[in-house]
Order: sequence, then structure tokens, then C-alpha cells
Amino acid sequence: MGADPNVDLSSLAAPVSSPVDKFPLLPAFLKVRGLVKQHIDSFDYFINHGIKKIMKANDRIVCRHDPAMYLRYTNIYVARPSRITDTINEPLTPHGCRLSDSTYAADILVDVEYTIGHGTAKTPKKGELKDGPPTLQMRRKVIIGRMPIMLRSSHCVLTGKDETELAKLGECPLDPGGYFVVKGTERVILIQEQLSKNRIIIDMDSKGRVTASVTSSTHETKSKTVFFMEKEKIYLQLNQFAKPIPILVVMKAMGMESDQEVVQMLGRDPRYGSLLLPSIEECASERIYTQQQALSYLEGKLTSFSSSRDGGRREGMAGTILLDVFLANVPVINGNFRPKCIYASVMLRRMMDAILNTDTFDDKDYVGNKRLELSGQLISLLFEDLFKSMNSCAADLLNKAYENTSHHSHFHLFQPSFILKQDMITNGLEKAISTGNWDLKRFKMHRKGVSQVVSRLSFIAALGHMTRISPQFEKTRKVSGPRALQPSQWGMLCPCDTPEGEACGLTKNLALMTHVTTDDEEGPLISLCYSLGVEDLALLSGEELHAPNSFLVILNGLILGKHRQPRRFAGALRKLRRLGKIGEFVSVFVNDKQRCVYVASDGGRVCRPLVIADKGVSRIKEHHIQELRAGVRNFDDFLHEGLIEYLDVNEENNALIALYEGDIDKDDADNEKDANKSKITHIEIEPFTILGVCAGLIPFPHHNQSPRNTYQCAMGKQAMGNIGYNQLCRADTLLYLLVYPQRPLLTTKTIELVGFDKLGAGQNATVAVMSYSGYDIEDAIVMNKSSLDRGFGRCIAMKKYSCVNEIYSNGARDKIVRPDTDPSARKSTMQILDNDGIAAPGEIVRNHDVLVNKYAPKNTGDRHPSGTPIDYRPANATYKGPEGETTVIDRVLLSSDPNGKLCIKFIVRHTRRPELGDKFSSRHGQKGVCGTIVQQEDFPFTERGICPDLIMNPHGYPSRMTVGKMIELLGSKAGVSCGRFHYGSAFGEPSGHADKVEDISATLVKHGFSYSGKDFLYSGITGYPLQAYIFMGPIYYQKLKHMVLDKMHARAKGPRVTLTRQPTEGRSRDGGLRLGEMERDCLIAYGTSMILFERLMLSSDPYQVQVCRKCGLLGYYNYKLKTAFCSMCKNGDNISTMKLPYACKLLFQELQSMNVVPRLKLTEA
Amino acid sequence: MPKVSALDMPDVPKGKLPEHLEVQRTRVVCNADAPIHTEPFHYSGAFALMGVDNSVTLESFCKNLKIEVIELTEDTMEFDMIGIDASLANAFRRILIAEVPTMAIENVLMVNNTSVIPDEVLAHRLGLIPLNADPKLFEYLSEHDTPNERNTIVFKLAVSCKKGSPRLTVKSDQLKWLPGGSELEMESPTPSAKPRTYTSFSRSQDSMPEFANKPLGVKHQDIIIDKLGPGQAIELEAHAVKGIGKVHAKWSPVATAWYRMLPEVILLKEIKGVDAEKLVKKCPVNVFDIEDVGKGEKKAVVANPRACTLCRECIRGVNEPQVELRRAKDHFIFKIESAGAIPPEVLFTDAVKILEEKCDRVICELS
Repeated sequence: MGADPNVDLSSLAAPVSSPVDKFPLLPAFLKVRGLVKQHIDSFDYFINHGIKKIMKANDRIVCRHDPAMYLRYTNIYVARPSRITDTINEPLTPHGCRLSDSTYAADILVDVEYTIGHGTAKTPKKGELKDGPPTLQMRRKVIIGRMPIMLRSSHCVLTGKDETELAKLGECPLDPGGYFVVKGTERVILIQEQLSKNRIIIDMDSKGRVTASVTSSTHETKSKTVFFMEKEKIYLQLNQFAKPIPILVVMKAMGMESDQEVVQMLGRDPRYGSLLLPSIEECASERIYTQQQALSYLEGKLTSFSSSRDGGRREGMAGTILLDVFLANVPVINGNFRPKCIYASVMLRRMMDAILNTDTFDDKDYVGNKRLELSGQLISLLFEDLFKSMNSCAADLLNKAYENTSHHSHFHLFQPSFILKQDMITNGLEKAISTGNWDLKRFKMHRKGVSQVVSRLSFIAALGHMTRISPQFEKTRKVSGPRALQPSQWGMLCPCDTPEGEACGLTKNLALMTHVTTDDEEGPLISLCYSLGVEDLALLSGEELHAPNSFLVILNGLILGKHRQPRRFAGALRKLRRLGKIGEFVSVFVNDKQRCVYVASDGGRVCRPLVIADKGVSRIKEHHIQELRAGVRNFDDFLHEGLIEYLDVNEENNALIALYEGDIDKDDADNEKDANKSKITHIEIEPFTILGVCAGLIPFPHHNQSPRNTYQCAMGKQAMGNIGYNQLCRADTLLYLLVYPQRPLLTTKTIELVGFDKLGAGQNATVAVMSYSGYDIEDAIVMNKSSLDRGFGRCIAMKKYSCVNEIYSNGARDKIVRPDTDPSARKSTMQILDNDGIAAPGEIVRNHDVLVNKYAPKNTGDRHPSGTPIDYRPANATYKGPEGETTVIDRVLLSSDPNGKLCIKFIVRHTRRPELGDKFSSRHGQKGVCGTIVQQEDFPFTERGICPDLIMNPHGYPSRMTVGKMIELLGSKAGVSCGRFHYGSAFGEPSGHADKVEDISATLVKHGFSYSGKDFLYSGITGYPLQAYIFMGPIYYQKLKHMVLDKMHARAKGPRVTLTRQPTEGRSRDGGLRLGEMERDCLIAYGTSMILFERLMLSSDPYQVQVCRKCGLLGYYNYKLKTAFCSMCKNGDNISTMKLPYACKLLFQELQSMNVVPRLKLTEA
Repeated sequence: MPKVSALDMPDVPKGKLPEHLEVQRTRVVCNADAPIHTEPFHYSGAFALMGVDNSVTLESFCKNLKIEVIELTEDTMEFDMIGIDASLANAFRRILIAEVPTMAIENVLMVNNTSVIPDEVLAHRLGLIPLNADPKLFEYLSEHDTPNERNTIVFKLAVSCKKGSPRLTVKSDQLKWLPGGSELEMESPTPSAKPRTYTSFSRSQDSMPEFANKPLGVKHQDIIIDKLGPGQAIELEAHAVKGIGKVHAKWSPVATAWYRMLPEVILLKEIKGVDAEKLVKKCPVNVFDIEDVGKGEKKAVVANPRACTLCRECIRGVNEPQVELRRAKDHFIFKIESAGAIPPEVLFTDAVKILEEKCDRVICELS
């Protein structure tokens, strides 16, 4: 392994201006941020700000009859999660909610002012009703509903608690939070990916037309405006218009009557003018010259639906649509259409740019054009809808109260606690989160699967679930574009972690350092931009707009004006951001191609922190890191002092980011010598952060073939291990735990950062890569029996069985009865019952054993006459499990469910040792089943007496190219021999976060091993040495959840379906094994007719029928008269008996029921 | 020219194998890429043409077999077994691992276990604890036998951690031997009958002469069994029976037993000066040494071939090998690491006896 002479070593050895190890930043970053900060931030923003905005927008409930009667919200806030039990308000804990099937929610409180009494009573009959102005009353802390609280958000009881406090609350300190507990199940609202709103997207549609589209989204409306060019003419397409509208008509309708003005606004370039010419001509041919003509033209094109909405009034409709729907995101102040005109002309100009120069098309898959919708935004939509519904319901009640109070003074009818119905918001939120169906009619939103049950199969599965991004497209579309890996994903979305199959490339995961922004105030930014020299749009003529040397300034899709020195402007904004004067997530992006400066402060952008560098020199110096290590400085300090900043995908285009300090800008050969001229503006914190949580577990992923890493990302989520420190206190429906989990010998920095070293999901197995016995072909694994005896791969499967003590409508309830005190007198299935009639923990439970000795009342419908004893019938809850398996009752939980009924939960435990066919996998997408289990003495052994735990076939390597696994083996082997955990972080060799193979080999040699990791082995069977050196060492192996015990199935005879009398389907129903069509084809081809007959009829659904030879229909056999009879011919003369499949008989009868007569013609009777 | 057989050529030694064949017969040559000549020549007449008898006779075996004990401690033994075929040496190894019986906990009766470790796992952990009991003094407990003082050892573990006290570590020394057998009463079908325990000892084990002076117990006192939090408790009875490692690794009397063939390092040519120093430096286990041949001239010699771990550094990446690594096929460095119940030297004789029994059985069946 000599040095390659071609590599210029001098460049590597050149002095580097003291590279600073920036790794300590990462733990610091994750400490302040956590792994799911995006969810928590988004939810916090909603709870603390968003909810107030919604309230302010809908703060008044006014009586229809009397505007002076009203109710007004003055404030809204969310309390701490609590629940009222027995009139005591007691705080809720998330774990308590998980166990008691309740929702972890907090009250939403409002302060209101409202009026009581009548202003002008309609018919004051009695003196009690006072005339005069209604009295204004205030009330504080009125509950309007309950809001499910995200765990670890600002309102959660867990925030700010340390490990011991969390332990007291039954919570795992490593659990990231970011999900909800609704009705006892943990549900996470997935991050939703969407195309960004309020931005111009230039694209080619399916018909090959160039289109410019804007999806506008404001608090009031949502609309989509599309410009497209067809036959050289440009049209507008809007849902409200039945046909495309020539663009010039639209411009004229907005008051730009002069064609010259339109052309001027597009710019001076004659090419634009000539592109617009056909459109101008078309407009002229329609004889539309004035605004009035244009508007009436538009009114003629309205869809019948939109015109019928307002009672057929067409006049003024076009104007309203232009005002409210067309480019709804551009505000129209005092009927001034000019901003909309300018916006439309900018859209036109960009379209024409795209026609003239095809590379100015926008890429829909570009991450910068995407927004991620988080739980906060989704709940905010839901809440807004529910809040409005509640308000309209309240208004109805108010109206009713007003109408009714003519007779009595029902003051309580005006009380806010009466008008404001809590259930609406509480149930609406709970239902949406617990089902995942977001059905909002108001926003035409019907989404399914928004929330999912948090996968608790392993710790990593749960973490990976929090970072998952669900796609905007439906999965069935066969398009490659959105599935492909986007270069702009770098550092933001994990390149490895995506599922295989239909959702491949659409479902993505966040990278380790990614942050998703929340909305930031626009107002101050706008005024700041103007004071930084942005020339206001209103002051500019069309000609000036696109004057050379000036850039348009666009804030969140809104054109503010233009600036003559865009770079200076951008620099100033960035400087302010680094100083902390404006939000840290505001991005500034100078687009030279479009001659625009994009300023963005909207929510849902992905961004990530980077170290700021001045001409390639990092701003972070050694002393900063030392202060960080000493604990006097945290990540936020770095941010506030302008050493680190967040860049979003767009702004990354203006930056030149080096991987390491001292890297040279390779594009510019001149800079190589003069470091002062370096254009590098930022330095990555750590390159391995481009991977996500799941991919971060893989050691040396950069040495593997890429799909292998993707496979491992999917498999890491199925690996058994520990799921949390509170795993034994949880009551999940199904839980798999490893008995002796280990942390990997070859770790990565990500493993330590996410806490996988504390909650491992696998064991370090000594693997020999060799062929053995032939039971290891096709990825099978040969396992050492003694290793299994000693606890390798042992796992615990825990299942939950619950049983409710029902209370019926007539007040009767189930009762649990104490079993016979004398154990010998008890039935064999009652043996495990305790004296309270409930199975005792620690007892071995077998199939059909009684878990609860329960009796149910016979009469549950009508009222029971008092005095007489209630009749009961046994309604035991029995255990149904596989025969011959010894499972143990681990725990019994008694709780009351939300309806107040007693709920008994049994956690049943089964400890399993690996058996033939159980699935195992290394961390490199190399899965395999256990092929055979071999005695230790038959296993090969090394000169040091080491015997492998498992043997893997070497054919697993060449086609899969998982070199990372080989390096893992070497590294682990070196690790065990020198007593130090080795590292294998992605791309970590230059920065020292991954051990180099050379160093590992040196360590191996130092401890007397071969540099290559190959050992001299003796055969355990013959005793002679093996004829090859065997690659052997420890590899971290995961046991996957797929176990033979859960899958094996066979049946001779068993249950049948009632309808067809054929055997049932599926293992759970003890179903038959189907001889399918292809198998049938084989038998036909073979000519084995009797086998076919036996399989398809005799073993399935044979049935004897009586057939009438005359009419060919089925008759019946009268057992009383012992004769067969044809009900068609009304006699039994010509009946034959034959056998046919019951399904066939069923078919005949079904056909007959549809007036089709199937007649059988018998050849032999 | 008369036809002369190649074997009659003058340079072919008579009654002896030529050198290269002798190496093939007696040595494994560990080349850089792969070991060669790993298999022996089994056929007795393999070299009959050359007048060499390849058969193994009992006399020659008896004459040549030599055993030298290198190291013997309480738990481990290293000895050289010379003049034996690998198949035989391997038989001893296999018997040591799988067929020499020991005592291990097989049945655990749980009275109470509120610790975090589930019952099955706790029982499994108890099973793996090496016991300090001579299995020869016990009989096998077959399926229908009742446990008695001749086939069962009963231990009791009763630990609890009081509320408010710190976490408690349960170690193997807290397993208490119950010489009188089980103290737990069976649930009898008739309550009037005299309660029976889970064992039926006819007399206390500590009254038996073989255990009188040597109480039964665990071999290592500091094996962590469990950790108890405040308020948690364990109460159980563990019954140890005799068994062999083939059934479960807990009955294996050895941690491991293995052998390696005696390393032989041959310098193919004289290595002097800088090359010698290089060679010495290469070896991580100091197989080579430097010898002064006078006049400041230095020569590499093989000082300690036994230490060779076959890292193959000395033959790595060299075009013309200076060193050849070999293993002697009939010289085994045998190592036994006892799990504790039986001293290693006894273990080996036990293994020999078991092999002898097996041979007897074969002879018996054949005749």
C-alpha cells in the first residue's frame, strides 16, 4: 500500500491556516434544537402567535337582528395540559395519557367582552326588559375547547425538565417529542411537501405550452392563476372563466388601456414586443379598446357556476374576480390595480424570457421552490376552520336567544359559556389528529393520512418517523422527475433515506441539521427594504421597471420595487441578519438570471446552519470552540455573534461553501496561490450532516453502493432493540425488545448524537465470511448454537390484550367474579386467575386460558325492574395465542377509559431465541435468514480459540459492493483488540470522524492479526486447517421483526367461509393454502386431471346437487319423502345426482337471481 | 541407456521421503495468499513406492505421543500434544466442549420477581452461572426421575431492596445452597395430605461425606445477576442438574478449548544488515531476533517461532519471500480454559475417558 506517486502530496501537506475542529458545534446545535425542532417550533408558533392571528381575524360574533348585540374576543391563549377529574383540575402527563387512552390536551381559553340586554327591544311587553343600550360585560378565561399538545412543545409539561424529572413523569429522556398523544395513541403529523405559494413558476405543461402560474394563498382566498401561450398568443386561465382570456383583455380590464403601456412595462427589448404582437392583434380584432369593453367581455366568459352564485348578477362580477381571485396574493389598495398590472407584466416577461432562452424555466422539483407544511400550519388550518364554525354556531345561538328573550329574560342565553360550544373544537381537533383526515370544506382541502401512529418498533423508527416528509404527488404517478435525487437536496434532505417501491423518491427525510422555518413578520422587513434604497413600485413607470442595471426586489412573492445596487442591498440585509436585527431565517438571494433579489421570510423553507467565512477563513476560531467546550458559549451565541448563519436553498446559490477550512476554490486556478482572493463564503459544519438520522447509523456509508444505504435505512426501522428508557412501562399493542442489546463497536458521530449508543438495536456478532455446509446460500446465515444458548439474538415480544368492563344503556354493567378458591376445583382454563378474577402477572398463559372471569348481564336493552336479581351470563375474556407457546403475563393494568368504564389491559410477554428462518441484517442492507444452527464444536476456530457467532457466505459481497461492511469488520476487530470504539462517520476520514483503513490495519497488525483481517482457521469438524484465510471479525447485526414464529402456517382441514364453503384465507383465520391459477396451469400442462379434480373440488367445496335432465335446472332432495324433486318441472322424474363445487352452485343461483337461466346438459346421467 | 526409475536416482533418499514431500506430509505451509498442504496423507500406502510406510501403528503412536504441560493454573492449562493426528486432537477438543458433563441450573421456581429482568431472562442468566460442583458425584436427572440428593442441587435466591435505599446489585454469591433440598411446597390436590416439596431428598446433602467439607456453591462470587431498584425483590429457588454442552452451552465445562499447530518459521536465506532489522521490526510478536555475526555484521534469526500468530506481515507484499511460515501437523499447542467446576487437567483426562468409552462402545458393537 505504497503512496501513489501521481498524487501531489505537497498540496496536501501545505500549511493550512489552523483548521478548527468544528464538530463540538453539532452536539451544541442538537442540544438547543433537538432532533425534531421543526415540529416543535411550528407548533409553538401556532400556539403562541398563529392562534392569536386567527382570533383577531374572526373576533366578533354579532347578532343578526341587532348589531349592538355582540360578543368579541379580546384575547386567546392555551393553558397547560390538564384535565378535570372530580372537579379538581389536575395536570396531565403524556405517559398517563398513553396508559389511560386519553388525549394529552390543554384548554383553549379566551377573554371576551359581550353585551347583555336589548338595545331596542322589539315589543317590550313587561317592565323587566329595560330599554337603552346593552350593557357591556367582560369575562376572562372562557374555555372554548381543548387543544392537543405536542410533546416537548412550549406548553408541554416535559419542556425544560431534566432526566430525573422526566423519569418521574415516566418519560424517556431520549424521546424527541414532536408528536401528539390522542386517545392514548401517539400520532405524528407528517411534514407535508408542497410547491411554494405566491411564487411565479414558469413551466412547460403536458401540451408543450409555456406557462407561468402562481398559486396564491392568503388568509381569505386561495386561487391559481395561469398564463399560457398558445399559437403565439398569450392567454389567462382562471377557474372562474370558462375559456382562456386573451391577456391584453385582462390588462385593459385592469385599466391599462394603452397597448404601448403594456409593451413598455415588458421592457424595451424589441423581442418582447414582437412576442406580444399576436396577442395585441387578437385583442384588437375582438374590438376591445377600453376598460369597459374589456370588463363586459370578461363577464361574457364567466362560468355559469360563478355567475349563478350571486343570483345571476353579472355586472361587476368580472371586476370582483380581478380584484379577489386573479393574482390574489397581490394586494389591491383603494382599487389601485397598478401592482397587479406590474405583477402580471413581470409574469409575462418571465414567460417570454423562458421562450427566448429555455434555461430560465423553473424546476418544480427544485427544493427551493418547495415549502414544507408542518404540524403547526396544518393544525392552524384546522383550528381556523373549527373556530369559524364555532363562531357561526355561536352567532346562530345568539340570534335565537335574541328572538326568544322577548318573553323571559334568559340572560344565561347570552353568556359566552352558553354560546361558545366547546365540543366543536375539541372533537374536531381530536378526530382529525386521531384519524389523519383533514377535511376542510372552507379551504377545499381533503387530505388523508396526514397523521400517522408513531412507529415504536425501534428507537430509530420513531426518530425517523418525525423527520419524514410525505409527498405532494400521489404515489401512483409514473414520473421520474420528482423521484430523482435533486442536487439542491444537499444538506437539507437525506439522499439515502427513502422507501423502496411506489413511494421511492417521493417520501423523503430531513437531514440531521435541517431546520424548517416558521413565518416571520413582513411589515418591518418591507419598511427596512425601502429604507435600504428600494425604489417603490408606485413611483416607477413601466419603462423604468426593467431598466438595465436595476434588480427587482421581491419579498415573499410580492414585488416591492427595484434596487440599483442589488449586491449592496443583499449584503446590507445579510449584515443586519448576522447582527440579529432581522430574523435569522430571513433569506436574501440575488438571482442574476432573472435580475431579481428575492427576500423570503415565509414559513416552510428548509434551511441549515453554516459557518460564515471571510474569503475562505472561518470566523470560528479555536478560542470559540474552547469556550463552547467549557460551556460558556452555546450554539445561539454563535448565531447571534454572526459566526454561523442559516442559509435556505435559494440563498445557498449565492454562497460558495467549502467542505473544510483551507479548501481551495478549484474553479479558479488563480486563487490557488492567493488565499486572499478566495471566494469561499461559508464552510460546512460537518459533511456527514447531509445524511439523516437513519442513514447516520451506517458506518462508512460512503464506501457502499448507494442503494445498500437506502435498504439499510428501511431495515434500521425494523430492527429490534430498545425503544426508550420507559419501554417496560409502556402499553403498546406490539413491542419487540432485544434481551441483550449492545451499542455498535463501530460507531458514527450520528449514533452518539441521536442516542443510538444508549438505545441500541442489535448485537456485535463475530462473523466469519466463508462458505459452510451449503445452508448459507442465498444470503442465509449459519448460526452458532452456543452463541444462541448464551443469549445472542434473544428477543421479547410483548402484546397487549385489553378488555373493557362494559356499562350498558340500561345501567347494568359487567361484573368480574372471583374464581373458585380451591385451585383444584377450578377449570383448567381458570388456573391463572387471581383472587380478583383477573389473571395474575407472572403466570404462564396458554391458548384458551381465561384472562378475566367476567359475567355480562343478559338484559342490556331495557330498564331492569328494581328488586329482582340481574341475570348474568359468562362473558370471559380468553387469551388466544398459538398452541404450545409459553407466554407469560407481564403486567396487568387497570384504568378507566375516557367513557369512565373500567379497562383491563394485559401485557403478554414471550421470550424467543432465534430459530431457523428468523431474519437478521447487518447495517449495510445485507439481510438474510438463519439457514441452520450448528453446534459450537462444529464451528471453525482461530488460533486464538475464537469461534464465530455466525457465518456469512462471501457471495454476498461481489454483487452488492458493500465495502463499508468490510471496513466495519476491520474497524470492529481493531476496536475489540485495542479497546477503543472506532468511528465510521460518513465522509469522516479527512476530519478524523472515521478511522482510516490504513490506521485500522496498523492496529490489527500491532495486535498480531493480519492487516487484511483474514485469520487462519481450523475446521471444527475435521480438525485440520482450512485451505484459505478467513475474513473474520465483529459486525453489528440487527435482528429484524420478521420471525418465523409469527408467520409459519399449515393446515390440513379447518374452517370454511359460509358463503362459498371454500376454505378460509389467511393465517389469522387458519386458512388453507391456495392452489392458484399458475399452479393450476402447471397441473393442466402436466395432464394430472385427477389431482386437479381432487385439489379444486374434493379438497375445497364439494357439493351434491340434484339436476333435472329435462329443464337443466337444479332441484332439491326431499329427505322426508326420500325423493328428489325439480321445482321447475314440478316432478321428480328426471332427476340426476351429481357433484359440483359449491361455488358453482352458488354461481347458478346468483345468475338465476339476475334473470339469467343457466341450464345444465348432462352427457351421462 | 537403461531405464531407471526416478525413485532410484542417486539423489533420491532411500527409505525416506524427499524433502518437498516430507514438508507436504508433515507441515502446513502458510503462504501469503492461502495455506497449502492442510490435509494430511491418510492412506497408509501413500508413499509405499518410495519405501516409506505411512501407516499409523499403535506401537509407533505410543512411542511418539508426548505431552508436555507448558502452563497450568487453576482455570487454564496449556500443553503440547506431540505425535498425534489433528483428527484425534480435534476429538478431544470437541468432547471437552460438548460432552464432558457439568452441573448447571436448569429449573428455576419463581416465588417473586419484581425486578426489571423478566422471569425467563433471569432464569437464563442463572443457568449460565458456573457452579462449583463436581459432576462426577451426581447422576443425570432423566425425565421421569424425581429430583433427589443424588441428582439435584438446590439454590435459593432471596434478595430485596428496601424502599428508600439505593439500587442494589444482586451478585452470584447471594445464591444460597440448600443442602436439604427445596423448601417450596407443591400445591397438592388434597389439602389434608402432607405437603410435598419440589424435591424429595432422602437426606441432607451436607451430611454426605463428599460435600461435608466442600460446600456446593457458585464458582465466581461476583457475577452480576440483576439490579434491584427500591421496593423490588427476588425470591426464587434454582435447581441445578447434570448435563452436557451438546444440549445447552451452560453445561459446557470449558469457556473454550482449542489447539493450534506448532508454528515453524524458516528463513529461506540468510538475512543480513538492514533487511534483518526490517524483518525484526515487521513482526509484532517478536518472532525474529538479531544475532551478531561479528565485524558489526548482523543476521536475522528465528528466536521465538512459538509466538507467531500468523499475521503474515513478514511475507506480505514481498516478491521473493525470505521467510516461510509453517505449522507442524503433528504438534498441537492445546489450551483448555475451564469454566471453573473442574480443573483443566482433570477435564482433559475426563475427555480421554469419554473417548475411550466411545471406542469401547464401537468395539463392543463391532464384535
